[in-house]
Amino acid sequence: MIRQDFRILLVDLSIRKAHIVDLPGRETYIGGSGLAAMLFEKYGDTSAPWGDPGQPLIFAIGPLTGYFPLMSKTVCGFLSPYHGQYAESHAGGRSALALRFADMDALVITGKASVPCVLSVGSRHMEIKDAPFLWGKDVFTTGKMLRHMLPGSGTRSILRIGPAGENGCAYACINVDTYRHFGRLGAGSVMGAKNLKAIAIVGDASFPLPEGKEYAKCFHEIYNQITETSMMSKYHDLGTAGNVAALDALKSLPWRNLQATSDPERIDGISGEKFAKDMLLRNTACSGCPVGCIHLGYLREKFMADNRYLYKQVAYDYEPIFALGSMLGFGDGFKVLGLMDAVEREGLDCMSGGVALAWATEAMEKGLITEAETLTPLCFGEAEGYKAAIRHLGAATNEFYRLLAQGTLVAARHYHGEDFACVLGQEMAGYATGETFFVSETLSFRHSHLDSSAYSADQKKQDQDAGKIVAGFVKDEASRCILTSAVGCLFGRGVYTEERLKDALTSLGLQKVADNLASAGEAIQKLRWRLRMRTGCDPMAARIPKRYTEVVTWKGPIDTAYMEELRQAYATRLLELGREEEAAGQ
Amino acid sequence: MKTFFAARMERCIGCQSCSLACARLVHKRLSWYTAGIRIGSSGGISTGFEARVCLACDPPPCAAACPTGALTPRKSDGGVKQDRKLCIRCGKCVAACPVNAIVQDELNNPYMCIHCGRCVSFCPHDCLEMAEKGKANSVHEEAE
Repeated sequence: MIRQDFRILLVDLSIRKAHIVDLPGRETYIGGSGLAAMLFEKYGDTSAPWGDPGQPLIFAIGPLTGYFPLMSKTVCGFLSPYHGQYAESHAGGRSALALRFADMDALVITGKASVPCVLSVGSRHMEIKDAPFLWGKDVFTTGKMLRHMLPGSGTRSILRIGPAGENGCAYACINVDTYRHFGRLGAGSVMGAKNLKAIAIVGDASFPLPEGKEYAKCFHEIYNQITETSMMSKYHDLGTAGNVAALDALKSLPWRNLQATSDPERIDGISGEKFAKDMLLRNTACSGCPVGCIHLGYLREKFMADNRYLYKQVAYDYEPIFALGSMLGFGDGFKVLGLMDAVEREGLDCMSGGVALAWATEAMEKGLITEAETLTPLCFGEAEGYKAAIRHLGAATNEFYRLLAQGTLVAARHYHGEDFACVLGQEMAGYATGETFFVSETLSFRHSHLDSSAYSADQKKQDQDAGKIVAGFVKDEASRCILTSAVGCLFGRGVYTEERLKDALTSLGLQKVADNLASAGEAIQKLRWRLRMRTGCDPMAARIPKRYTEVVTWKGPIDTAYMEELRQAYATRLLELGREEEAAGQ
Repeated sequence: MKTFFAARMERCIGCQSCSLACARLVHKRLSWYTAGIRIGSSGGISTGFEARVCLACDPPPCAAACPTGALTPRKSDGGVKQDRKLCIRCGKCVAACPVNAIVQDELNNPYMCIHCGRCVSFCPHDCLEMAEKGKANSVHEEAE
C-alpha cells in the first residue's frame, strides 16, 4: 500500500519476536538503496563485526515496486563478510512483489536463532520454525523441502542459503526463487551467522489502486514502451550472454585468469549465440517484468553406465559464462553449465567462485600450491577437477579452501600470488575493457559492472581526462541510486529516465518524492559512502593488481600511469563523498 | 461466444503480468492474487508454470452453488457473470469450483475469471487467448 512513511517489519531471531515500525524519511531516502542505508544507520553497529548477532540483514523495496513493470528488484543491505563494510546486493525473482504484497517496505532481521531456523512472514503472519535438519543441505534440496514446509505457494518468494553461507564464505550468496541471487559480497553468510537457513515472504495482501486516471495512463505508457519497442529486446533475445562474443572480439573477455583477452579457437563454443542455439531451454521472468531476461540452459549428465542420465535447468548469463567459462578456459558451453550448476548447489557467488578458482589454477601452474592444497587437479578447461573444487570451496574443507573462501586476495597473500589475483575490489566482473572499468570496479560501491557505465565507455574512444571521467562516475552513481531506490531493475534504466520516474511517483500521489528526486539521489549516494567509510573503507588503499597492467585490449596495452591517476582521482572523490561534515551540511 | 483460455502455458515465463492486469483493470486492485487468473509454478519454478483460471464449465457448478444469484451462467459456452452487489461473501462458489479457480481475499470477496479477455494483451509470450470453445490454440504460427 502507498504510504508516506516506511512500514518496516523488524524481526529479532534471538527472542523470536517481531514488531512493526513506521519511520519517516520517504522524501529523502525514497526506498530500496536509500531505505536500506537509512535502516542500517539506525539498526547497524559500525563498531561491531559483520557476524555480530545484533547486525541487521535488510531487504528493502521502493515506492514503485509492484505498481509498474520492471520495478521488480529488492535491495539487500548488510555488513559484508568480504571486507567488513556496509554493502548492498540486488535481486529480483518474486522477492520484491512478495514484500509489496506482504505489506512492508522493508524486512529487517537482527539477532541469532539458537538453532538453525526458517523465517516465514506475510501480511498476516510471522513464524520462526526450527529447522536443524536443513543445515548442511545444498540449495536444491533445501528448496524442495521448503516448498512443502511453508505456506503460500504461488504468492511467495523463498530466499535460501547453501553450505557456503553456513560456512562463512565471504562471497556466499542468497538464492532467490531458484534462479536469482543476492550475490557478490557475502549476504549468504550473514544469514548463516544468524542460523537462518531460509526466509519465505508470502505476498497475501491486496490493495486498492491509486485514485484518478493518471496511474493507468502512466502504467500503459511505460508498459507499451517496454513491450512494443525494441528497447528491451536484447535482454530476452540472446540475453546478457549476447555480449560474450562481442567482448571477445574487442579483446576484452578475460580468459584463463586474464592471461588473454580473446580466444578465437574457443569463443564459438560459449557465445550467447551458441547457448541460444544448443542449450537454451526456456526463459523465465521476475514477477512484474514482462521482459523475461532469465535464460535457462539445459544440462544433461550421464551419471551411471547403461545410459542413466539426469537433467537440470541452469540459469545462465554473461557473468557466469565469463567466470566459469572463459576465465577457466572452457570452449564448451555444456561444461560451463555443469559448473554453474555446481556453484548454485553450494550457494556461492558464481563470479567470485570462478575467479578464485582461476587464480588457484594459475597458482598451481606456477607451483605456488599443489594438489596437497587443492585436493583435486585444477587445469584450465578440465571440468571434473573444478566441480570437486567447488564442493570443497562451499564446504571450506581445509585451510586452503578456508582462505580462498575469504577472498582470492586472502589466499593470494598467504601463498604469494597477489600479482595475478584478478581482484578489482572483489573478484572481477567479466570486462577486461581497460583503465576506466578497472578503476571503476575497484572502487565502486557494489564492485559491480552495473555501478557505472565504465565498461561501455571503455569500448569507445575517449579522452584521458581523469577529472571528467570521475565526475561521470559520481553522477552516474547518484542517478542509479534513484532507480535502485524506486526499486527498478537497472536493465530498465533506458526506460526509466528521471522524468519518467517523476511521472510514475506523481501518479501514485508521491509528489514530494518526485519533486526531490535529484537531491535524494545525491543524499543516498553520500549516506552509502558515509556508512562505507564508518565501517572501515579506505579508498586510497585500494590497489589494482599487476595482472591488469599486462592486459592488452582493442586499444592496445594498458596505460598504467593514466590508470593510477584515475584511481587516485576517484578515491579522492569518494573520500569527499563519504566525509561526515557533508551530513551536517545537508 | 468467446471464452478465455490459458491456451499455451508451456510458453509462460511467470512474469504474472496477466494476474496484475486482471487485478488492476477488472478488480481495481494492486495484487497478484485477487485476480481471475493466477500464475504459480507446477511445483517449484524449475517445473514451469500453470494458470489457475476458470475453465468455463457448462453448466458452471459455482453458479449452481451460489445462494444469492450473484453468479449466473453466461448466455452460452460456460463460465459465469458476476454481480458483486448480490454477493454475501459466503464462499460457496470457492468450494464448488473443481479446479480452485476462485479465491477469496481477507474480507471474503470472491475473485474469478469473467472471460473478458483484458489480460490477453499483457502476455509477452502469447500464452492467452480469447476464442470460440474448441477453437483455442488452433493456429500455430511458425517461429521466425
